Amino acid sequence: MGYPPEILLEAVANGLLMGAVYGLVALGLTLVYGVLHIINFAHGALLTLAMYAAYVAHGAFGLDPYAAMIPLAGLFFVLGYLVQRLVIGPASRGDDSNMLLVTLGLSIIIENAMLAIFRSDTMTIRVPYAMSMVELGDVLLSLPRLIGFGVTLLVALLLFLLMTRTDTGRAIRAVAKERTGAALVGIDVAHIYAVTFGIGTACLAIAACLLLPSFYVSPRVGNAFVLVAFTIVVLGGMGSVTGALLGGLFIGVVESLSGLYFGDSLGQIGIFLIFILVLLLRPTGLFGARA
Amino acid sequence: MSQIAFSRRQALLAAPALLAAPAIAQAQPRAIKLGIIQPVTGALAQDGEYGRLGAELAIADINAGGGIKALGGAPIEMVFGDARSTPDGGVAEVEKMQAEGVLAIVGGFASPICLAASQAASRYDLPYIVDVGVSDQIVSRGLTNTFRFGPGFGTVTATALDNLVAINDAAGKPSRTAVIVHEDGLFGSGMARLLNAELPKRGFQVLETISHPTPSRDMSNVALRIRALNPDLIIPSSYYAEFVLLSQTLQQRRIRPKGIYCILNGAASNFRFVREFPEAANLVMDCNHWADPRKPKTADLRRRVEAQNRFWLYNVPLNYSAVMLFADALERAGRADRAALIQALAATGPAFDSHIMPYGPTQFVNGQNQGGVPVNTQVQNGDIKVIFPRAFADAQPIYPVTG
Amino acid sequence: MTLRETLPILGFLIGAVLVSLFVTSNVVLNFLVFTLILAIAAQGWNLLGGYGGQYSFGHAAFFGMGAYVSAILQQRFGVNAYPAVAFGIVAAALLGYAIGAMVFRAGLRGSYFALVTLAFAEVLRILANATEITGGAAGLLISLNLGAGNLQFANRSSFLIVGAVLLAIAMLITLALEKSRLGAQLVAVRENEAAAAALGVDILAVKLRAISLSAALTGAAGALYAQYFLYIDSNIAFGTWISVEALLAPIIGGAGTVFGPLIGALILQGLSESTKMLIGKIPGLDLIIFGALLILVVRFPLHRIPGLLAARWRDKGGA
Repeated sequence: MGYPPEILLEAVANGLLMGAVYGLVALGLTLVYGVLHIINFAHGALLTLAMYAAYVAHGAFGLDPYAAMIPLAGLFFVLGYLVQRLVIGPASRGDDSNMLLVTLGLSIIIENAMLAIFRSDTMTIRVPYAMSMVELGDVLLSLPRLIGFGVTLLVALLLFLLMTRTDTGRAIRAVAKERTGAALVGIDVAHIYAVTFGIGTACLAIAACLLLPSFYVSPRVGNAFVLVAFTIVVLGGMGSVTGALLGGLFIGVVESLSGLYFGDSLGQIGIFLIFILVLLLRPTGLFGARA
Repeated sequence: MSQIAFSRRQALLAAPALLAAPAIAQAQPRAIKLGIIQPVTGALAQDGEYGRLGAELAIADINAGGGIKALGGAPIEMVFGDARSTPDGGVAEVEKMQAEGVLAIVGGFASPICLAASQAASRYDLPYIVDVGVSDQIVSRGLTNTFRFGPGFGTVTATALDNLVAINDAAGKPSRTAVIVHEDGLFGSGMARLLNAELPKRGFQVLETISHPTPSRDMSNVALRIRALNPDLIIPSSYYAEFVLLSQTLQQRRIRPKGIYCILNGAASNFRFVREFPEAANLVMDCNHWADPRKPKTADLRRRVEAQNRFWLYNVPLNYSAVMLFADALERAGRADRAALIQALAATGPAFDSHIMPYGPTQFVNGQNQGGVPVNTQVQNGDIKVIFPRAFADAQPIYPVTG
Repeated sequence: MTLRETLPILGFLIGAVLVSLFVTSNVVLNFLVFTLILAIAAQGWNLLGGYGGQYSFGHAAFFGMGAYVSAILQQRFGVNAYPAVAFGIVAAALLGYAIGAMVFRAGLRGSYFALVTLAFAEVLRILANATEITGGAAGLLISLNLGAGNLQFANRSSFLIVGAVLLAIAMLITLALEKSRLGAQLVAVRENEAAAAALGVDILAVKLRAISLSAALTGAAGALYAQYFLYIDSNIAFGTWISVEALLAPIIGGAGTVFGPLIGALILQGLSESTKMLIGKIPGLDLIIFGALLILVVRFPLHRIPGLLAARWRDKGGA
């Protein structure tokens, strides 16, 4: 079953566009893992929360998702900061497995709070540009997805600059590498943890705004992205911003092509098989530091 | 003990019908407890919520109409259980309902839940009426307590196929090629298998069969392949969110086949979809459970549902009718006894007319209502019309779609 | 392993038998059977995760393997339930060994190990959904065939005893492991793998034995689930729900302890069921409370007190 080149080209293009969103979702997760060393079980639920926020911003305040990106990113930064500072940090007291449980509990709370408030219906928003397509030669690409791609690259760049050029970024990297040492030189570790978590949640808010025009929102919508996000984080190397972005693009293309050749259902295996293979061959991921 | 107290409270909270019942002090006959199991949390919450609504409305109507006359006007009291979208959750609720002393259970929604719950209920000879769950295994285990008023998977797919051929023939056979898109669960996969076997025998060519997971994050490649293959017909069988994604993607890419013929689709017979995506939904056909448009109660029920800011789809009339079946059988049984109720259910015949489904004459064989069939609907002018079979139709099919 | 040390386990078993004899509420019995199934699965996880320090996020792979092999042998090949379950357990152990061989040899540990196990479980889930022999998307129904000879019982109390016996065996295995050389080596690997290697511990062999044993126990839980509910599909058998339950329970109840999984399972299921009674018109409210309670239980682990006391008692008695 061979495919003509136009089809392959468009499939790759679609994969890249989708992969960018995956990468953005994975960005927050990889930062949180790299610094706090926890696998944040609440990531999917936080994405769901962000999508509902974008939905409400559109419905109640008439804010276009793209316009809502910056205010929501700010709002969710604060939210993430507070959640880590006031809930996850105190409840887990630094123990890794406790953090797993606490984030799991948090995800249950968030998902069901959304269910209780918004009911279980799958909801969408109407925006005028949702249907717009851009033609690049033979290839038809969705405009919202293209915008998403661009924004993701921008966010990744900004994050990279933040991590390498600012004091906060240096502090974050210090805490990630050597927590005790960082504390000894006077870095407020709890604060840095919270800042990192806040950045992760802010990334989710942006991802939510990018997704909403061409997707939908329901109490479990975030769950669909969690497994893929985890896969990308490990693939790209935990804690690596570049890894998350490139890993996302890579997984997006893998998913797209294996979907093309094996059907979308069986094709999902492609993601996990690649994941397993990469780990067996390069255990710290493509760009990661040693485990 | 305290568990009974809690359950009573939850029954009171969940059955506003009790407030409507006549508040005469002493001579009040004892309420009949009916267990309703729906998954209102978890992955299936959307359908579970509507299933519960259908049951609530039916109970309200029965009580408002004077309760079960054969039992002296006894009102029905709902004992609700959340299946939490898992089979073990359903089983736990069955046990609680048994402890509560319910006379029967209606619901389940998903086949795995229905299978486990009806099995658990059979230990107590507790009548179990399945609302939606289409797996044929549900009624082929030899369990005498299990009944299903709606059609099973085999009937739905066979009918869908026959109706497709009939509609296509009536329009002069404009379509020959088809692409099947299906969710990779129970009915999607089984439906695809059947269509692949049968469609060629009826003069169709299946160009490709595309299976997708639930949830799906993206339908771009599905649309890509469809565009490349350019089929006359697309046959999608998916849950709500995935079909929303697919139809939007098709609309985006301006892919307009001669017909989109859905089977058991979660969105095509759902007014939320029609309201929110008028262009994508327009002229989409579905072969699905649907209420009988000719019965006056249908329009009335729909109005009441929409008055609550909910949308009209098939879960409500199916559950409504299942509860009506329970009440009808209870009237005939004449006493609040499970064995008698099971007998009465099995003996239900064409005289049962308080349901609102467009079915043939009711007849139960091994717990399956032989009259249960899906019907064909089409979205026309922002409304969902029944287009086939003629006996129930309130509109003509607009097919093939041109332009 | 002295008799004194096994007393708590025997106590548990006797307690379970008493419960099965005197408790008539099927609501309670059903709750207990399901909790025991989860506890057995968790006991398996605990071997690898609690004692070995290798947190797996994909124990569903073993649960499902045990369930499917047992069910397929009974339904498609007419094998009697008992050997079928035994084969299911063996199959799960082999799967554990196979996965371990690939993964441990590559040096995966920590979160990488956790996520790769998750990936394996997902691959199996997708495959089980697509292949004929597992019944595909329609799932597998085990024919109703009541009788002790078929490991299917009309009453819940019999299942309770079966589950309790299985869990007791699992706990005895755990206790034996604790006291054995393998157990010591496992804990050494958990605490400091480099030091253990330096001391001459064959890390790979230790981990392989641990994962095989762990997989066998969780596979047993899967087979028991299939016998109890008589229906499995790919989401039930290989879904993330059971991976999460298998790891939640020991962590809450006390990872690396014999009774931790059981205590954790009881707490989790107990919380879940009791919050369910609070549902009203608004779905989800009960689960919000459950989530909050989960966080509180982590913050204030009062339930660990009995375990601490028991350890104190044991230490006083031992050498």
